[in-house]
Amino acid sequence: MARVWKFGDQINTDDILPGKYAPFMVGEDRFHLYAFAHLRPGFAEEVRPGDILVFGRNAGLGSSREYAPEALKRLGIRAIIAKSYARIFFRNLVNLGIVPFESEEVVDALEDGDQVELDLETGVLTRGEERFQLRPPPPFLLEALKEGSLLDYYKKHGRFPGE
Amino acid sequence: MGLTLAEKILSHKVGRPVRAGELLVVEVDQVMVVDSIAGSFFKRLEYLEATPRYPERVSIVIDHVAPAANLEVAKAQKEIREWGKRHGIRVFDVGRGVCHQVLVEEGLVQPGFVVVGSDSHSTTYGAVGAFGTGMGATDIALAAASGRTWLRVPESVKVVFRGKLPKGVTAKDAALEMVRLLTAEGATYMAVEIHLLDGAEALTRGERMTLANLTVEAGAKAGLVVPSGEILELYRVPEWLYPDPDATYVKEVEIDLSALTPRVSVPFYVDNVHEVAEVKGKRVDQVFIGTCTNGRIEDLRAAAEVLKGRKVAPWVRLLVVPASSQVLEEAARDGTLLTLLEAGATIGTPGCGPCMGRHMGVLAPGEVCVSTSNRNFRGRMGAPDAEIYLASPRVAAASAVAGYLTTPEELEEVHG
Repeated sequence: MARVWKFGDQINTDDILPGKYAPFMVGEDRFHLYAFAHLRPGFAEEVRPGDILVFGRNAGLGSSREYAPEALKRLGIRAIIAKSYARIFFRNLVNLGIVPFESEEVVDALEDGDQVELDLETGVLTRGEERFQLRPPPPFLLEALKEGSLLDYYKKHGRFPGE
Repeated sequence: MGLTLAEKILSHKVGRPVRAGELLVVEVDQVMVVDSIAGSFFKRLEYLEATPRYPERVSIVIDHVAPAANLEVAKAQKEIREWGKRHGIRVFDVGRGVCHQVLVEEGLVQPGFVVVGSDSHSTTYGAVGAFGTGMGATDIALAAASGRTWLRVPESVKVVFRGKLPKGVTAKDAALEMVRLLTAEGATYMAVEIHLLDGAEALTRGERMTLANLTVEAGAKAGLVVPSGEILELYRVPEWLYPDPDATYVKEVEIDLSALTPRVSVPFYVDNVHEVAEVKGKRVDQVFIGTCTNGRIEDLRAAAEVLKGRKVAPWVRLLVVPASSQVLEEAARDGTLLTLLEAGATIGTPGCGPCMGRHMGVLAPGEVCVSTSNRNFRGRMGAPDAEIYLASPRVAAASAVAGYLTTPEELEEVHG
C-alpha cells in the first residue's frame, strides 16, 4: 500500500526543493531531506518508498533544477499523478524514471492520506474497492522506463528511443 | 500551410519540414551548464562513460553562487575548473556574469541555433532568433554526450507587440503584461513567437532578452523573437529564419505598447501582475537590480537615471548586481556606477546574485523585496513568508528611494 501525498495547483520546484538546499549547497547526501521544507515541513521524514505524490495543475513549474525531482526519487517516489505538468519537470521525471501520470478526475478523487495501490505499467490505481484507470505512459517513455530511465536507456543502447 | 518560427528552426535542423506534435531528435549547437548542477552533470556523464562529443559546443558558467558562499560550493566549483581543464571545455569563472548574458556576449548563440541550457531561463536566447530551451541535468548530460537532444516540435502562441513604449515604461513591463495575459501555464509545451511591429522593432537586443526570458514564466519551451531592428545589424540572420505568413498558432495575443503602464508582479505567482498604482505604498526592505532578466547596461542606466541626485531611503538596502563583467565595465566607464554608488547602492559580483536565495541578499522573515528578477515564488529569496515584488529597474530604483513601492513619476510628485 502506498500513501497519497496531495498538494495543490502550481506547485513549483522552489516548493519541492528550495534553492538554498541544492545538493551543492548542503551536500549530495543531504539535499533530499529538505523536500517540501517550506510547504510541508516533516515530509521527508514521513514519506515512505513507493508513496505517490498528487499535484494539481502545472506541476513543477519554475526552475529546471533536476535535483528537485531527484530528491523525490531519493525518498522513494516512483510515480506522480497531476492534472498537468510544466514542461521541464515532466522531462526530468522521465529522465529520472519517475512515472508522470496525468488525470483531472483521479487527482480530484484522491485525498491526502489515502492508501492506494498503483501499477506503473498499466496505470491501474485501486483505493479499497474503487478502481481508476490512468492513461499508461506513451511508447517513447515506456521504452525508456523499461530500462529504468532515459539515462539508463541511452547508456544501454547508445541512442534515444525510436532513433 | 506555413511554418512557425519554431517549426522553421527545427525543420532546418533535421533537413525536412516538421510540424508541431512531431517527436524529433535534433543536433544541438550549444550546451550550457551552470554551476549549480555541474556536479550532477559530471556524474551522469560518468555513468554514461561518456565525455562531451563536441567539446567546443559546451560551456560551463559559474554564476548561480559566485563567488562561492560556503565550503560545499567552493569544492563543487573547484571540480568544475578541474573538469573543464581535463576535457577542454570552456568555463566562465566567477565574475564573468549570468550564463545567458555571457553566452550572448560571447557570440556562442547565433540566429537559428538550437541551444539547450541547464537553466529554465534559456528561453532568453530567443532574443537573437535561437531556439533556446531549459532542461535538467540528465537531458543536458545526454545532449553533451550525444550532441543531440529529443524534443517535441512545439505548437506556437503568437504574441504581437505594437507601437512604442511611452516614457517611463519598459520592456519588463511589457514582458510582465505578456505573462499576465498568457498566465503561468498558458504556453506550457509551446513556443511563444514574439512579433515586434509598428515601432516595437526598435527594441534593443537587451530588451528582447527581457521579453524572451519571461516567456518561460508562461510555461514556454522557447520564446522566439522574430529578428528585426538591431538584431539584423548585430547578426547575420539566415533568410529562412522567419515564420511563414500562413503559419498556424494555438492563439494570438496583442499588446499595445503605447498604452502600457508600469507593472508589478505580486507574490507568490509571477502571473499575478498588477499596475504599480494598485500596490503602491507597500513598505520595502530590500531592492535588487540585476539578473538575466534586467541586469544589463540599459537596466543599470535606467536605474541610475532615477537615482541621480537622490538617496536610497535609510531603511532600504539597494543591491545592484550587473549581469556580466562587460556590463559592469560599461557602467564604470560611462559614470552609471558612480551615480548608483552616490545614491547608496552596493554592487555585487556579476552573476545571479540573490535571485534564488542562496547568498548576497537572503530575505529575513516578513521582509519585502522589490526585484528586477523573474520569480516571486514563496521562499525563493529566503524566508517562506518574505515577499518579492517583480518590477522594472525604474520602478525598483524609485521604490528604493521612497522606501515603499512606487514609480519614478510618483516620486517626482512627492519629493520633487
